[in-house]
Amino acid sequence: MIRRLLVANRGEIARRIMRTAHAMGIDTIAVYADGDVMAPFAREASVAVALNGHTAAETYLDADKVLAAAKRAGADAVHPGYGFLSENARFAQAVIDAGLIWVGPSPEAIAAMGDKLEAKKLMAAAGVPTLDAPEGHFPVLVKAAMGGGGKGMRVVTRPEDLDEALAAARREALAAFGDDTVFLERYLTGARHVEVQILGDAHGNLVHLGERECSIQRRHQKVIEEAPSPAVDERLRERLGDAALAAARAIGYTNAGTVEFLLDGREFYFLEVNTRLQVEHPVTELVTGLDLVREQVLIAQGEALTFTQADVTLTGHAVEARLYAEDPANDFLPVTGTVLTWVPAPGARFDSGIESGSVIGVEFDPMLAKVVTHAPTRREAALALALALERTALQGTTTNRDFLVATLRHEAFLAGDTTTDFIDRVAPARIKEVYVRQLEHCAVLAALAAQAWRRSASSFGGFPPGWRNGVLPPETFSYRSGEITVEVAYRARRDGVFDVAVGEKAWEASVLAVSGGEIEAQVDGVRHRVAIRNDGDRWWVGEVELHLVPRFPVKEREVVEGGLVAPLPGGVLAVAVAVGDPVTAGQLLVVVEAMKMEHRITAPSDGTVAEVRAAVGDQVAAGDLLVVLHD
Amino acid sequence: MTVLGTAVDRASEAYIKNREDMLGQLEKLDEQLQLAGQGGTDKAVGRHKAAGKLTVRERVAVLIDPDTPFLEIGALAGFYTDYPVGGGALVGIGSINGTECVIFGHDPTVLGGALTQTSIPKIDRALQIAKQNRMPYVQLIESAGGDLRPRGSDIEEILKSSTFHFAGSGGFFYETTVLSGLGIPTIAIVFGSSTAGGAYMPGLSDYTILVKDQAKVFLGGPPLVKVATGEESTDEELGGAEMHAAVSGLADYLAEDELDAIRQARDIVGHLHWRKSGPGPTGPADPPVLEAEDLLGLISQDLRQPLDVREVIGRVTDGSRFEEFKARYGTTLICGWAEVHGYPVGILGNNGPLFPESSQKASQFIQLCNKTSTPLVFLQNITGYMVGRDYEQAGMVKWGSQMINALSNSAVPHVTIILGSSYGAGNYGMGGRGFGTRFVFLWPTAKVAVMGPQQIAGVMSIVRRAQAARRGEQVDEALEKVITDTVAEVQERQSLAMYASGRGVDDGVIDPRDTRTVVGLCLSACHSAEVRGAESFGAFR
Repeated sequence: MIRRLLVANRGEIARRIMRTAHAMGIDTIAVYADGDVMAPFAREASVAVALNGHTAAETYLDADKVLAAAKRAGADAVHPGYGFLSENARFAQAVIDAGLIWVGPSPEAIAAMGDKLEAKKLMAAAGVPTLDAPEGHFPVLVKAAMGGGGKGMRVVTRPEDLDEALAAARREALAAFGDDTVFLERYLTGARHVEVQILGDAHGNLVHLGERECSIQRRHQKVIEEAPSPAVDERLRERLGDAALAAARAIGYTNAGTVEFLLDGREFYFLEVNTRLQVEHPVTELVTGLDLVREQVLIAQGEALTFTQADVTLTGHAVEARLYAEDPANDFLPVTGTVLTWVPAPGARFDSGIESGSVIGVEFDPMLAKVVTHAPTRREAALALALALERTALQGTTTNRDFLVATLRHEAFLAGDTTTDFIDRVAPARIKEVYVRQLEHCAVLAALAAQAWRRSASSFGGFPPGWRNGVLPPETFSYRSGEITVEVAYRARRDGVFDVAVGEKAWEASVLAVSGGEIEAQVDGVRHRVAIRNDGDRWWVGEVELHLVPRFPVKEREVVEGGLVAPLPGGVLAVAVAVGDPVTAGQLLVVVEAMKMEHRITAPSDGTVAEVRAAVGDQVAAGDLLVVLHD
Repeated sequence: MTVLGTAVDRASEAYIKNREDMLGQLEKLDEQLQLAGQGGTDKAVGRHKAAGKLTVRERVAVLIDPDTPFLEIGALAGFYTDYPVGGGALVGIGSINGTECVIFGHDPTVLGGALTQTSIPKIDRALQIAKQNRMPYVQLIESAGGDLRPRGSDIEEILKSSTFHFAGSGGFFYETTVLSGLGIPTIAIVFGSSTAGGAYMPGLSDYTILVKDQAKVFLGGPPLVKVATGEESTDEELGGAEMHAAVSGLADYLAEDELDAIRQARDIVGHLHWRKSGPGPTGPADPPVLEAEDLLGLISQDLRQPLDVREVIGRVTDGSRFEEFKARYGTTLICGWAEVHGYPVGILGNNGPLFPESSQKASQFIQLCNKTSTPLVFLQNITGYMVGRDYEQAGMVKWGSQMINALSNSAVPHVTIILGSSYGAGNYGMGGRGFGTRFVFLWPTAKVAVMGPQQIAGVMSIVRRAQAARRGEQVDEALEKVITDTVAEVQERQSLAMYASGRGVDDGVIDPRDTRTVVGLCLSACHSAEVRGAESFGAFR
């Protein structure tokens, strides 16, 4: 029996595993990198042990440190989560050798599936269809044998590009995985990514839990997953399940695993086996009613599955979206920043590793949360997920939320027309188009929240806001969003209602309640209740980001190191040096005549003239650059 | 402390009538405030803005901290005179970077911001407030200089009609330097012309900010220099911002534009780390229980109708709390302690004329407040000290003198709100402007004069009739009526709140509902200086 489970992971999956462990009465031990010292997963564990390091390599990937932590904290089992050491057969073996329970498949199974080229051969031998590239067939996909996460992967459409692609993929694979073995696969366009969840115990029982479809991918990484697949019917599910079980049996698989396929029409081809819990496992949990982590723990404890294949039923439809700190407008590249506000909306399952104030750094995956809904139909699940995403208060960093919402509501998605090239082919909106009126309301809300915050910090907070016994212009602030600038002018009336002018519009607005992070207000008859935050001039009002235009814009002046500027406006009388001239401190460089007086610009130190920007007769303004000296 | 109740009947005819009258007066007040707010003519304002400049009120609006109150002083200056209402200048108290400052600004859209008989008193008043209350003084300068226009073409008339002489001027230069000497910072932002004598406004300030391409500070411009010395010169050479910043050193800070200048002024006030010398508010500053809205219906335009000043007190003090002093003695004067916006105060309010007992009570109360360094708030509604044989014989003059002695030598800040009548010595004894009162504001119903119009007209008529009798002349009754009516009418109109305010003898006319806010802001300003009661008074008779 497992009593103290060390979770060798971080973020949402560490929390997810600990949640089940705690529900099973199992104590948990977290390990953490320096940057995660205040992360929710580290704080929620019964015990947390520092790994003392910043990068993944120094911490969660360092098997020795993790094992030492397990020993130190008295762990009797290790759950690796996904990523990091989860598919490291040597680590699994070391855990077992240390006398601990490994919550996962056997080191042998991990090793067998780790080499994708070997795994593919094994599957072909077991009768599972694979994607072979006949000689001379294009397009082909170059893959790294030891790869994952899209690294070392290349699509080649023309024979003449193949050599170069192979070389590049080898270099990348060597750098990322320490092994430059690559192989070719037939590249299917317009196929779906379908995978089958399997569970096996040590008593020879093996079941599959149906499929998940994960076709919505960007940069070869999944962002939206669902179960079941809209393209899989009962017969196809049976065939997929049989193939997956055949694959599992071929390697004597135990614990949870996933067999990935490409589905092209009704034909499917083996891709790889993931010998761990998948990121997207929640959709399977929601449609089967099983807790996969609980099953993993029970299996690891040596218990037999309590159900058979016939007991597995799929109810309704589940859809998961991965919320990332990334910029869809910039090719979905990760962004860093601080999550100022994080308040999940009701109506969805949130597997998240963050809280308000969490910092998203460069060291780890920028996934903020997995948001999952379950509904009787696919359409309802997708729309409910879109709404939950939209209503989640998430401020402070750029995310892919708007893109996820646009995808989930897209007719092509709702019609089940999901293929791995969906994002390029269908091109859902990557950024939400904010209506001007919404922007205007948000600007008003920001202005009203700001005045309330300012007043509560002011010694004049007890006086009516902006009180006047004469006439002064109203308080005016401008907010910018993209190309649009909204100017908000407001004045508090005696009854506490604000008269607000937004451009030509005259509105009434009143603050009903305001706290440090939320405002409830009525603007032009519409009641709002939104999370509101700012970080300097960046403002977030609900899901809308605004930039406050500074009241006192800073005048920028050209500042060049070693540059000498005109002290006054005037005319250049003489230029005494040329580019390349060596000068000594105090040497005359330029004479400017201003105010009927000659001003001598001299060298402040020894150096060489790098640039001369003035010529005799030039009219110069104060601050204009005349000469640049370099040491 | 007792929480005051109310006897206000909102359904009563008097209340409804009073409220309607008051709202009518407030409309008239607002009309004038709007005019003052506009500054010069549309054309002048348009020209100023077309030059890319902010109006003086726009400058102030961004100079002060957002959402903080601004207490304007003398907004109606010039009302019902030959000068536009507002007087071509703006004075007020506002918070800059968290520090309450006195702000003075020329209105360059009114006669080019020239110094006139309405704007000079505003400068003087601004300097006085800064000095009395130890508040940093910020000037927004843009002025064409002295108002040298001839007033009319009849030379004799011009000479006779003016009682002003140059030799009496210059006080504000003196006071500006005195502020600096007292350690009260003075800051000048020069937005435009500040020439000849005006050049000393920045010249005498602790900190100067000159706006590039706009500020012009010199003793003599190119024409004068040409006449005086024959030298050819340009504005920029003689007084440009960049010249002063780099050559003469008159400019401590060079601003790229107006907003940049205002930002720098805010930074300067910030670096002062100004600490108020008086204690901060000590009470909870909770709002009154009674509603301020009722203040509109309390007072009749017919000032003979009684007003229980406790109804006003209960709508000004924190939590409507009031600890009344000598409640059963000298009951025409209500005295007691309370807090306004957290500041402890002693309040004196009239519930009738001042009698010997009420005058004695006032003297004692003022002395007690000085013992505890408690500021005084006067709520005036006073026809005067009681006249008549009994009262004179009871020593009315003696007791009244004692009260004025106590008041005059009182060293705590005094703030006065004139609610209704403010006649004769009553105005003096209840903290009139002439008695070192820090701030005086008026309700629209206020009437300030030596005595009531009917009384003065009647008295003068009696005098005239006596003169006629001595000379054995017949009184022309028709003429006498015209004279009496004229005297009464002039007296009445001169006594009205807005007329008085137009002469700069108070700090402004306010909406009665703002009384608590105004008193609170005045108290806050007063506490910038040390608040310490008098240790000695004059000899009490």
